[in-house]
Amino acid sequence: MSITLYVPGDAAALALGADEVAAAIAAEAGKSGVKVNVVRNGSRGLFWLEPLVEVATPHGRVAYGPVDVADVPKLFAANFLHGGKHALCLGDIEKHPYLAKQQRVSLRRVGVINPRSLEDYLWQGGGKGLARARQLSSAAVVQEITDSGLRGRGGAAFPTGIKWKTVLDTRAAQKYIVCNADEGDSGTFSDRMLMEGDPYCLIEGMAIAGLAVGANKGYIYVRSEYPHAIAALNVALESAGDWLGDFSIEVRKAAGAYVCGEETALLESLEGKRGIVRSKPPLPAISGLFGQPTVINNVITFASVPDILAQGAAFYNSLGVGRSRGTLPFQLAGNLKFGGLVEVPFGTTLRELLYDYGGGSRSGRPLRAVQVGGPLGAYLPASQFDTVLDYEAFAAIGAVLGHGGIVAFDDKVDMAKQARYAMQFCANESCGKCTPCRIGSTRGIEVIDRIRGGDTAQIPLLRSLCDTMTYGSMCAMGSMTPYPVLSALNHFAEDFE
Amino acid sequence: MNTALQTIFTKHKGMEGALLPILHDIQHALGYVPEEAVPLIAKELNLSRAEVHGVITYYHHFRQTPPGKHVVRVCCAEACQANGSEALAAHAAKRLRNADVTLEPVYCLGLCSIGPNIQIDETELHAHVTPKKFDALMKDLGEKA
Repeated sequence: MSITLYVPGDAAALALGADEVAAAIAAEAGKSGVKVNVVRNGSRGLFWLEPLVEVATPHGRVAYGPVDVADVPKLFAANFLHGGKHALCLGDIEKHPYLAKQQRVSLRRVGVINPRSLEDYLWQGGGKGLARARQLSSAAVVQEITDSGLRGRGGAAFPTGIKWKTVLDTRAAQKYIVCNADEGDSGTFSDRMLMEGDPYCLIEGMAIAGLAVGANKGYIYVRSEYPHAIAALNVALESAGDWLGDFSIEVRKAAGAYVCGEETALLESLEGKRGIVRSKPPLPAISGLFGQPTVINNVITFASVPDILAQGAAFYNSLGVGRSRGTLPFQLAGNLKFGGLVEVPFGTTLRELLYDYGGGSRSGRPLRAVQVGGPLGAYLPASQFDTVLDYEAFAAIGAVLGHGGIVAFDDKVDMAKQARYAMQFCANESCGKCTPCRIGSTRGIEVIDRIRGGDTAQIPLLRSLCDTMTYGSMCAMGSMTPYPVLSALNHFAEDFE
Repeated sequence: MNTALQTIFTKHKGMEGALLPILHDIQHALGYVPEEAVPLIAKELNLSRAEVHGVITYYHHFRQTPPGKHVVRVCCAEACQANGSEALAAHAAKRLRNADVTLEPVYCLGLCSIGPNIQIDETELHAHVTPKKFDALMKDLGEKA
């Protein structure tokens, strides 16, 4: 009988040497004549412990990490294939405080299952949502999503049920389901982890959306920077067989334009054009891909759907606070000791994430600024770390939760430089359609350069420029670039003097 | 080139919005999208040459000139900045000045807890890259200092 081992195939684990560790384990097993079955699972999201190797024993899975190639012979000597004691032994990883305190819903199977096996997915509770949706009317499926309180996880937090109802109510011969997997925000990787670690969950969510609105064709638009996610999705789709019925999904590779994460630019790109933002109305729900009614949602939004159908709207709605229902997979990134994925219901504070989970800075210096919500999100000073993580509480302090990315900086950060970077990023990535974004970003760089050169009289000009960009831009690219700029200016004024 | 293009065109016959998939396949096969390919793509998809050119030049991913023997991309986005990517990018530029390597910035590889990160060619990833580790990786690639 062979022994089953789990060595993550997640991109972050690969970057830390997981392929080499998997190869070393296979070689060492071969030498000692032991049969092993190495499963390439997703990552549990505790990146300081990657590569995290788990061994299936009669008493459950036993974890070891972080495992280096040089550790492998020693692990064999310590009889790790039977859960033997070793300095790297972590026991049952699910009992690790970092995981035990979380409440994983959308990402609960990531790191647990074999992402290449539909059988494993179904055995771990997958597929029940789709099975239930098949027994309901389209309107009943949409109602379930509406009642769950689910809001779009890409960043804009638009109520998913309302979007789906609009598509359902619009008559057309062809409708589409489009997944926005253009996860371009720095500090975010939950979409990537889900696509690599539990691709069937996304596929199931999209198939349910198809039933809900009457669409039989889906596209997943994935960033070109995520080749491993693209491969994982294609493997999953090839082996899905007739599980999806007459619903078909195609994976499309993006081409490195950040603005294509904006839904209408994404649709243009899917149509084979430059990713230029469209004016709204019409909404994509009425006239979207190829002019047809289109549901376009983020990866985590779709991945939340199977459980909502399987366990009922009330289950999902019981989690969270205020109008932010359910859970959000937060991503702890940047200068933190214990960076990783933390999925918890809305309502916890930023401080808990940064210190209780994140363990403070990796450099050992005090944390000075934290950017939440990607390159278009505000920088928060320590005085705002007690802000509750929900969409409305963040809006109230002039910040956004966005896609849940949290990037921490220590006290060596120069916030005027970060403000300049925000304008520079906007200048590089602007689609060019509207003037405040296209021209404003370049003027913004120039004004910040003058301020950094000592001309503080230019600060009111920078504020005025930000005002124009906020209210005059067509999409979030131009209208939200002022978030990082103004928050840096307001909370870290000393860096501009 | 023409045979490669014809094979790619055949593969995408009847596909909706086929331009990006075709450009990806051409770049995968040839390393870049040559100027001579533009009129052929335009004819195949019934587009103007300007439209095809516009798409190629809009997206950062597509290149119009052949890359070096290897492509090395250093993540320069905020999460890697917080861990010293700026110094790494400067070091890389100096280290690879005379090498047959195309050095590019990339804005996020989705490995934001373990930066600074780099990507070599399409799929090879490395985390916690210090200048010293960078030099070792380049040596493995066969690039002399």
